[in-house]
Amino acid sequence: MSASAVHSLWTMAATAPASNEIGKIDAPKIEYAQLSPTLIVIGAALIGILIEAFVPRRSRYYAQVGTAVLALVAAFIAVLALAADGYGTTKAHIAAMGAVAVDGPALFLQGTILLAGLVAIFTFAERRLDPAAHGNQVDSFAAQAASVPGSDSEKAALKAGFTTTEVFPLALFAIGGMLVFPAANDLLTLFIALEVFSLPLYLLCALARRNRLMSQEAAVKYFLLGAFASAFTLFGIALLYGYSGSVSYARIAGVVDGSVQDIDPALADTMGNDALLLIGAALVVMGLLFKVGAVPFHMWTPDVYQGAPTPVTGFMAAATKVAAFGALLRLLYVVLPGLRWDWRPVMWGVAIVTMLGGAIVAITQTDIKRLLAYSSIAHAGFILAGVIAMNPEGISSVLFYLAAYSFVTIGAFAVVTLVRDAGGEATHLSKWAGLGRRSPLVAAVFAVFLLAFAGIPLTSGFAGKFAVFKAAAEGGAGPLVVVGVLSSAVAAFFYIRVIVLMFFSEPQPGGPTVAVPSALTTTAIAVGVAVTLVLGVAPQYFLDLAGQAGVFAR
Amino acid sequence: MNPVNYLYLAALLFSIGATGVLIRRNAIVVFMCVELMLNACNLAFVAFSRLHGNLDGQIIAFFTMVVAAAEVVVGLAIIVSLFRSRHSASVDDASLMKL
Repeated sequence: MSASAVHSLWTMAATAPASNEIGKIDAPKIEYAQLSPTLIVIGAALIGILIEAFVPRRSRYYAQVGTAVLALVAAFIAVLALAADGYGTTKAHIAAMGAVAVDGPALFLQGTILLAGLVAIFTFAERRLDPAAHGNQVDSFAAQAASVPGSDSEKAALKAGFTTTEVFPLALFAIGGMLVFPAANDLLTLFIALEVFSLPLYLLCALARRNRLMSQEAAVKYFLLGAFASAFTLFGIALLYGYSGSVSYARIAGVVDGSVQDIDPALADTMGNDALLLIGAALVVMGLLFKVGAVPFHMWTPDVYQGAPTPVTGFMAAATKVAAFGALLRLLYVVLPGLRWDWRPVMWGVAIVTMLGGAIVAITQTDIKRLLAYSSIAHAGFILAGVIAMNPEGISSVLFYLAAYSFVTIGAFAVVTLVRDAGGEATHLSKWAGLGRRSPLVAAVFAVFLLAFAGIPLTSGFAGKFAVFKAAAEGGAGPLVVVGVLSSAVAAFFYIRVIVLMFFSEPQPGGPTVAVPSALTTTAIAVGVAVTLVLGVAPQYFLDLAGQAGVFAR
Repeated sequence: MNPVNYLYLAALLFSIGATGVLIRRNAIVVFMCVELMLNACNLAFVAFSRLHGNLDGQIIAFFTMVVAAAEVVVGLAIIVSLFRSRHSASVDDASLMKL
């Protein structure tokens, strides 16, 4: 018996693929040029990991900062090039086999996230604020995240001059996820982008150099609640998939408004089941509202903002909000417009409690980071008023508000890093008393940011609020505008209170000192002030830009 | 067997997970309950995939598994670092910032 004959006793030749079927599978068509902003940022994050592995410790910081800054600038230029090519307006379309939209809102928000991320990277890289430990300049991040606070290994790490340069690739991964999040055009991409930007943020929260216990606590809270919320999002996605038989935005929108033609019996069966649609949409929107920090889902915001390292807080407050509102807009305007009679009343309620809740609870806060956290909740409510408008002005005003708000936020948190005493940052409000006497410039800059938060004319905050409330009023949400203006007035009270505290009360003996930052933080704060004033004094160009960008591709 | 029964099972598992997150006090157990919720989602995806006769749901289940694995890496790192500095993984003990 020959060997092959024996072999054939227990094996058999696989049946030849019928008429060469393998050759028929089309390779997916990926438009690399149109996805280049995301690809550049993710690629640089991967290079950052290799730098951690192969570059000697003393030059890692410079290599990481250089890579991150170069990547963000290159990605921003790529966004500008795409916008100049007309992808934001006339050539808007869906790339990567229906997974990612390249359209006006996506490019506008990606540009905003990249610029905000760049400014945030400057604050991450600041090494002049903390006093040098054992002759080594240190930044805001733990010497070695794995060492127990107060232990010998932490002291050894401090003495050896370790720094956690991993924060730069982590931030780049987060930015990469945020770039995809507002552009995601199917629910799977939405979920993956959500996780890609959330997971690095959980880690970044845990890495503070001072107050490490508080920082770890913030990270645990953010992680557990974030994972809980994303599980709800995923179940919502499962139900929407069950309802429509697809995760593509266009297909779901078609099934919701009944315009699809090819209905098979299974789809006809699930289409009739409104519970799947309503519960699924509610759960997905809930996950996005969690990321935004709207009121029933805001519990994590103050603790995480307070515990996280302040540069991370600024980054998170600005960029996460931009990305999450972008995704929320696309979901509500592209996928669920057919359901607007159901979601608009709910969002009305959410917006009202968010505006009022954020503004009222902020009054009682005594910690500047918690105060800014509640203020960010109130701002989420104002932006929601624009989302509810459900008209083209709604989209453009939300885009404008997000761009204006993100730079003010990063600048404000950058100022918080400057006011320090022996224990690190002096975040208790009582220590800020009389700051205006001691360092008029820093106090004046912070006052500009607070006035912008309050929405005083000639700042970007006023232009943004005016645009959002105008859109809401035109969209038939007049009572919402009244509530918004009232809670703006409440919010103005505590912003002005901080200004009064800084300028019109006596400095305490032994109060905090204002550290002199390097050019990095100075740039971050200067950009914040410049954007605040330019968008406040001459908003029209940027409003027009947001107006041109305010059309979704579907 | 009617695939709708699998959906009831998925919803039940999801509810058990969500209840666990809300009532259990150990961070590790809370986290395991979140994983149970993710697996309930997977079951729902696969059941719907069978119901509709397309493969999207099964593919998504793979993505969910990868996401769950990545979440374990990040989550355990954070929870273990909290446990090592406090000698407790109870979510009630982590209350430094409570007013």
